[in-house]
Amino acid sequence: MTIRPASDRSLHVVFGERIGAEAYAAVARLTHALTGAREVLNLHPAYTSVLIDFDPRRYTHERIEALVHACLDGPAAPDPEPRQVEIAVEFGGQCGPDLEDVARHTGFSPAGVIERFTGAVYQVYFVGFSTCFPYLGGLPEELATPRLPAPRKHVPEGSVAIGGPQAGVYPLASPGGWRLIGRTRLRLFDPQAVPPPLLRMGDRVRFVPEAGQ
Amino acid sequence: MSSIRVLSPGMQTTVQDLGRFGWAHFGISASGAADPFALRAGNLLAGNAENAAAVEMTLMGGAFEFETDTIIALAGSDFGAGLPLWTPVEVKAGQTLRCGPSQSGARCYLCVRGGIGVPKTMGSASTHVITGVGGRPLKAGDLLPIGKEAIRRPRPVPKSVPPLGNGPLRVTDGPQAETFADDLYRGSYTVAEESNRMGLRLRGPAIPSAAGHMVTEGAPLGAVQVPPDGQPIILFVEHQTTGGYPKPANVISADFRRLGQLRPRDQVSFERVTIEQALRELQRQEQWLYGL
Repeated sequence: MTIRPASDRSLHVVFGERIGAEAYAAVARLTHALTGAREVLNLHPAYTSVLIDFDPRRYTHERIEALVHACLDGPAAPDPEPRQVEIAVEFGGQCGPDLEDVARHTGFSPAGVIERFTGAVYQVYFVGFSTCFPYLGGLPEELATPRLPAPRKHVPEGSVAIGGPQAGVYPLASPGGWRLIGRTRLRLFDPQAVPPPLLRMGDRVRFVPEAGQ
Repeated sequence: MSSIRVLSPGMQTTVQDLGRFGWAHFGISASGAADPFALRAGNLLAGNAENAAAVEMTLMGGAFEFETDTIIALAGSDFGAGLPLWTPVEVKAGQTLRCGPSQSGARCYLCVRGGIGVPKTMGSASTHVITGVGGRPLKAGDLLPIGKEAIRRPRPVPKSVPPLGNGPLRVTDGPQAETFADDLYRGSYTVAEESNRMGLRLRGPAIPSAAGHMVTEGAPLGAVQVPPDGQPIILFVEHQTTGGYPKPANVISADFRRLGQLRPRDQVSFERVTIEQALRELQRQEQWLYGL
């Protein structure tokens, strides 16, 4: 683990560089322990790191670092109960313009890609990027497909995508470089809802083909 | 309830306070005033709590009719309203404040005694423009209720206001500083037209990086990130909460007000300082604000 300032108002805690269950456990533990701490303004969990924003008029990097050590040395708070979320997806066609490319790259038929994709259970490693984007672990290794050489300017809201060894869902229309294999009507983000995102760190996700497919 | 009527909104006019904290782990950055120093000063001068919501105007100001007698303070850049900046001013019911194009920097704040009383979303009145959290940019005909954030009398006009300065933006080392040579500190960069509250895009000599492919990690406000094309982007108040581009540097808190006043085509350069220097600069700014 390394801890160092990222700015004059933030501290970056890094648990190595390997994406996986071990780093996830450390990130989740620290994030849950610091959620709601009065010293913390914002938490940015990621695959192997947590960035902690604080008010530099009130606290120092040393104080926040001591807090991090206290959280990691103390007893782990129980993780919030993961929720099971099912996401109905229309695969292929206009909704999933890259399904054929993924099939070509992986050597399966489009139906074979869908079968393997919907057969897995995913875990939300963290939520970030711009607005409630869930980074999902658990993509079957044989479906890993490199990102597009140049990102699309417009990825429609609800697009279900593969980016390298990861899967994700675009909650809002945005630019993006992942391979789009389908689209869901489920709204992952509703600015009127509090708390807003449907998916949280630790939640389990299953994708199912939309009825009629 | 007494209110302010938006007659014309200007280019991009939003309601802002100091931001919405505690939601970055859902991918929602704090948003809030682009020039937090001006918002706080304007609020304090109007006798408000410093975090009261105010109207943020960008590059081209709007016109506003007051439906009640009140006190306002304009802070930030001069938008040609014909009123002194950084000064509490009495206005009467029926009067109209007309702002125009900026005469100096990018943003001007209209702080009203009591604050703007729009409902808070997730603890803040700030508009997060790209997501729609907290509302949308103002339109003609909108009615802005005046809130109850007045906590004391309006303050006397300050003898002087700390200048924005036009030297280099001061930065501390970012998480990937060691993978960069000194290129960032040698060039001069132009603020690109497509800059917005998410990011200030800079154009200038490309900055090479040895960082290569990075694991996505958290990104703080003011981070200077360098995509593969070498053209730096300063992450701004509506920034993405995580990202995969290396970050050689981070703008210091005391210079956030300068980021909020940068306009397209402005020139910027960078100067490296230590965290201790950064905190001393912040403390100087705070002392002036406490003195109001």
